Amino acid sequence: MSTILLNEKEITRAISRISHEILERNKGAENIALIGIRTRGVTVSNRLKQKINDIENADVAVGALDITLYRDDVGTGLQKPQLKKTEITFALEGKHVVLCDDVLFTGRTIRAAIDALMDFGRPASVQLAVLIDRGHRELPIRPDYVGKNIPTPKSKRVQVHLKEIDKEDKVIIIQEPEK
Amino acid sequence: MTETATLSHQDIITTKDLDANDIETILDTADSFKEISTRAIKKVPTLRGRTIINLFFEPSTRTRTSFEIAGKRLSADVINISGAGSSIVKGESLIDTAKNLEAMSPDILVVRHNCSGAPSLISEFVNCPVINAGDGMHEHPTQCLLDLLTIREHKGSLKGLKVSIVGDIAHSRVARSNIQAMQTMGMKVKVVAPPTLIPVEIEKMGVEVCYDLGQGIKDADVIMILRIQLERQNQGLLSSLREYSNYFCLTANHLANVSDDILIIHPGPVNRGIEISLDVLEGPRSLILNQVTNGVAVRMALFYLLLGESDANSN
Repeated sequence: MSTILLNEKEITRAISRISHEILERNKGAENIALIGIRTRGVTVSNRLKQKINDIENADVAVGALDITLYRDDVGTGLQKPQLKKTEITFALEGKHVVLCDDVLFTGRTIRAAIDALMDFGRPASVQLAVLIDRGHRELPIRPDYVGKNIPTPKSKRVQVHLKEIDKEDKVIIIQEPEK
Repeated sequence: MTETATLSHQDIITTKDLDANDIETILDTADSFKEISTRAIKKVPTLRGRTIINLFFEPSTRTRTSFEIAGKRLSADVINISGAGSSIVKGESLIDTAKNLEAMSPDILVVRHNCSGAPSLISEFVNCPVINAGDGMHEHPTQCLLDLLTIREHKGSLKGLKVSIVGDIAHSRVARSNIQAMQTMGMKVKVVAPPTLIPVEIEKMGVEVCYDLGQGIKDADVIMILRIQLERQNQGLLSSLREYSNYFCLTANHLANVSDDILIIHPGPVNRGIEISLDVLEGPRSLILNQVTNGVAVRMALFYLLLGESDANSN
């Protein structure tokens, strides 16, 4: 059982609006860096970069962050998340960093991402852009740029599909099967 | 949707236990860990509050430091115990030492011992994972994994590569670990040494044997040079070091006849001018220091995979 929350056009419009908001709030593209949280946050950051380039003809820095090593749900299970590469090839000092992710839920991923960023340097500010905010925060974290606010029951799953990874653009909500 | 990584064994004692999937998982994870060692702040909080004990009954610079750095970069507490400064000198048995360390609840034991089988024996008496950091003439699995990571980085993939292992095969735990793992990964291994340094019936491991250095490395993609173990050369296996060096020291002359992108690796420590000449050692094809760098990443990967995080889901 799944329902479509956003289709391809709506995702494109959301990316476009967020790009404008980022530029407006930071008064241009200077000193902006987009850092995507693996996996789909990286796709979001690449799309924002492209859009910002279309609007202002400016080439903003992008990086990719794997937050696995900073997660708070440490256990001794044998199943470990597959660690992916972190690629931040520029200095963060003086940069206005926009963290990008697909879904904002508990906020724990963002907490981990902020901790990871601070190990790389001291950015001028850190802002947060997400495609979907589905509520249910467990930490005092709020997004600066939101594609769409979608109040959801905690038991349901929100999945973002993006062409670069999933061959199509859509956001769906899934009822978890009863256990 | 999170991709997960799992190893088939909780102890890393022998490369025989590692299947191709395990090896790829370890190398992929290590590859991602390399970036941490290039940061200004070389530390992540992943293993905060975990305890790793390095139990080294035999001398070591590279391996012990490498395990210690790997643990510390993951924020674990690392304790080093060496044979000479421990209660071993008072006559405590290996099993008693292991049981007493176990009573202090370590999360991982790293063991090096001059007796083959010691880490395996210890693993039977403790609950935490045990990593073999070299046992006698048996195995040295983490050295093998860092060799494979170094080779894969430069060649793209491992399958089908030809490797010539040159030197004291008979006493080498590095050779044994590598022969097994390389065959698991679909590589072809040739051993090159004087007959006295090649164990009898080594053909049964599925390797080719060659007694001439020039012939032995002719069509290789990788040359692995082993250290002549000076501490074991009083058994009459070689008439003299100088004679060995005349026939088996890898020099620039040998490299004139091989492919330009051949890789040269050596597990260290190096006897300069005995198994490898100075110009080759410091030449462009030598990856010996890359191996050391990769050693830290491989050991971080093992610590992470053996006791990292659970895969609880949170957005």
